[in-house]
Amino acid sequence: MSAIAQKKGFGSVLWDWLTTVDHKKIAILYLASGGFFFIVGGIEAMLIRIQLAVPGNDFLSAGLYNEILTMHGTTMIFLAAMPILFGYMNAVVPLQIGARDVAFPFLNSLGFWLFFFGGIFLNLSWFMGGAPDAGWTSYASLSLYSPGNGIDFYALGLQVSGAGTYIAGINFLVTIINMRAPGMTYMRMPLFTWTTFVASALILFAFPPLTIGLFFLIFDRMFGANFFDHTMGGNTIIWEHLFWIFGHPEVYILILPAFGIFSEIFAIFSRKRLFGYSAMVFATVLIGFLGFMVWAHHMFTVGLGPTANAIFAVATMAIAVPTGVKIFNWLLTIWGGSIKVTTPMLYALGFIPSFVAGGVTGVMQAAAPLDYQLHDSYFIVAHFHYVIVGGVVLAILAGLHLYWPLMFNQMLDEKLGKITFWLFFFGFHATFFIQHFLGLMGMPRRVFTFVGDQGWDAFNAISSGGAVFMALGVIVLVVNIVKTVVQNKPAGTDPWEDGRTLEWAIPQPVPFYNFKRTPLVRGLDTFWIEKQEGNKEGMTYAEPLSDIHMPNNSFIPFVMSLGLFIASFGALYNGEKTWAVPVLVIGLAITVISMGVRSWKDDHGYHIHKEDLMDDKGGKY
Amino acid sequence: MAEEIKYTPQTWPEHPETANLEGKNKFLGFWLFLGGETVLFASLFATYLALKDKGPEGMTFTTQSLFSEGLPLVFLMTMLLLTSSLTSVYAMYHMKNFNFRGMQTWMAITVLLGLGFLALEIYEFYHYVHIGFYFSQSAFSSAFFTLVGTHGLHVVIGLGWIILLMLRNAKRGLSVYNAQKYYTASLYWHFIDVVWVFIFTVVYLMGVMG
Repeated sequence: MSAIAQKKGFGSVLWDWLTTVDHKKIAILYLASGGFFFIVGGIEAMLIRIQLAVPGNDFLSAGLYNEILTMHGTTMIFLAAMPILFGYMNAVVPLQIGARDVAFPFLNSLGFWLFFFGGIFLNLSWFMGGAPDAGWTSYASLSLYSPGNGIDFYALGLQVSGAGTYIAGINFLVTIINMRAPGMTYMRMPLFTWTTFVASALILFAFPPLTIGLFFLIFDRMFGANFFDHTMGGNTIIWEHLFWIFGHPEVYILILPAFGIFSEIFAIFSRKRLFGYSAMVFATVLIGFLGFMVWAHHMFTVGLGPTANAIFAVATMAIAVPTGVKIFNWLLTIWGGSIKVTTPMLYALGFIPSFVAGGVTGVMQAAAPLDYQLHDSYFIVAHFHYVIVGGVVLAILAGLHLYWPLMFNQMLDEKLGKITFWLFFFGFHATFFIQHFLGLMGMPRRVFTFVGDQGWDAFNAISSGGAVFMALGVIVLVVNIVKTVVQNKPAGTDPWEDGRTLEWAIPQPVPFYNFKRTPLVRGLDTFWIEKQEGNKEGMTYAEPLSDIHMPNNSFIPFVMSLGLFIASFGALYNGEKTWAVPVLVIGLAITVISMGVRSWKDDHGYHIHKEDLMDDKGGKY
Repeated sequence: MAEEIKYTPQTWPEHPETANLEGKNKFLGFWLFLGGETVLFASLFATYLALKDKGPEGMTFTTQSLFSEGLPLVFLMTMLLLTSSLTSVYAMYHMKNFNFRGMQTWMAITVLLGLGFLALEIYEFYHYVHIGFYFSQSAFSSAFFTLVGTHGLHVVIGLGWIILLMLRNAKRGLSVYNAQKYYTASLYWHFIDVVWVFIFTVVYLMGVMG
């Protein structure tokens, strides 16, 4: 079974993508579908800003505005930001730690397809009676009484895609713990691997509460349960707790990998070892730990009492300490470095002031008494867009430029990349900076329109104008991608010339088995060490050339996910349509049977023989 | 291929479940999965405690009125499940000693005990529904059936898993390839048992004590 370039028809190419268990291909699947949902969420954002550009606008109706607002948040968090980061993790982490693949290639594929079908299911709501309209937080007091099936699409879609995320989290944890190359000790792991590790641990413990909360919502809305209905003894605050026990770690699940990407960028383009490596690792772990201690700061105004509010306020402020450690370490990495201002570096430099601004407003809201003033105002909107766009999205765009040559063996155009950066960066600040003041002036969030002459008109117009620049930036990026793909100029190994870690040492295009021989890691920034010592190959090997064990492709993950997708329709229409229960049963049966088939059929994988490796074009040594 | 090596009791590794990288990965991954499951059940327990005895105005069901009478039955269920956990340990003991028949026998006993537990639980649920304490009756009933029912679903999945393993491997004997599978199934079974100990304590004993 040799996979050396053969001419394939469309059918077999499609089949290959549907059945692949290769982490590099799954990375591309994540990136492509995450990118698609990013565009969808971006269009929704533009519709929001058009509606709010002038007072008393009737571009969108109130109901439609609620749906678009909800879907913007849900799509961006669950279907755009997380999957794109998963794409980078899949593409980079196994190469960074010197592994042939992730620990569970089959589960990797399953995780992707679950996410994909969940996302499709959620977005089908647009065409099947209306999207969810209770905000991305979907508080039960609101969502229980939302007419139509919108909330049901939300609950079921997130349940399916959440299962995929959970599986991916376990997979990365095991990969990083068990699959590191010889010499890759924990304290030699690159920062992106470290942040992936901690983010995966957060996924492991944060997603089960969401699963339970969503099940309660599903049961309450579709199966007659009473968890949140106070007339039946239920308690709507339970949803808020479960949601935020998930929701707060979730923002760290997003931002920690972003920190990891920036840590790589600062070291590469300052051509210096990352300053304070061990402090960075410690700060990452501490942020992950504290991330679970602060969920009630989203609920200061619920009335949990002064004691609870005080404890959560202090815990929240404490997170600023490890985050500050990171900021200073990045600054000191740049300090005295031989800086190359490439597109990724530009994003990283832009990230620091933007994210600090978001962090400062975060500490302001952590003060519970002040939060009573800020709660549910545009100040909050400004804050979380500063941390999520100024942190996560800038990291995603930086990572796209940084890792594109690794994933596709092509360089994105630097000039267009810089144009994208400046358009996006200017647009971002123009859109959101002014929203702080709108919030302080009393404009509530989530309103579909506002009355003129309250002093909000000009600020809202400026905010909407800024959004246009962000959209232009993304359009230039799409042009850049199309241009790069059409030109298809090979970038080669170590395209940035200053790569420090193993992923840059591997020959391009990356062979499907990754490393012909497992590398030996001789220190932090092992590729840098090899280059300093004049090693042309860029790697020292830990083993002689031998047979490589590879997993087989499988179509089962696709079928398993499809089963849950079908079952979701059954659950959705339970009690409304006569075919609902049979469809639910059939869908679940498809999933269970495919699990049985997976269990019953032996899957030993196959071996690439070392004789085949010697004349392979994948690597010349 | 390595997976098809015929082992003898002498060559059988001391820890067959982690004898190769795949086994090590499964072992660790499954423990992590159980960590997530713990949080899952913790969320259910917290919800149950918050909604215990809560219902529409005038609801007469309380934990005392529901669970006092049937406590001996629930105790019997507890014993069945605890014993089944012990028998799965015997099965693992025989696995480590390369005694395939011993392992299959004790796994079969585990399954029988698990089925006994499941039958009694179905009877219990049937009884509650019969006296009007059904899933959508109140917040209390929803929380109770979801917590205990999620555990019951885990038992069903565990039983299906073990039965499938036993049937699949009945004619194949032990190998490093399937030893991992038996081992993780037995880990899962222990986890189900531990969760039940908490359910027995928090739902039934604390319910009856008030």
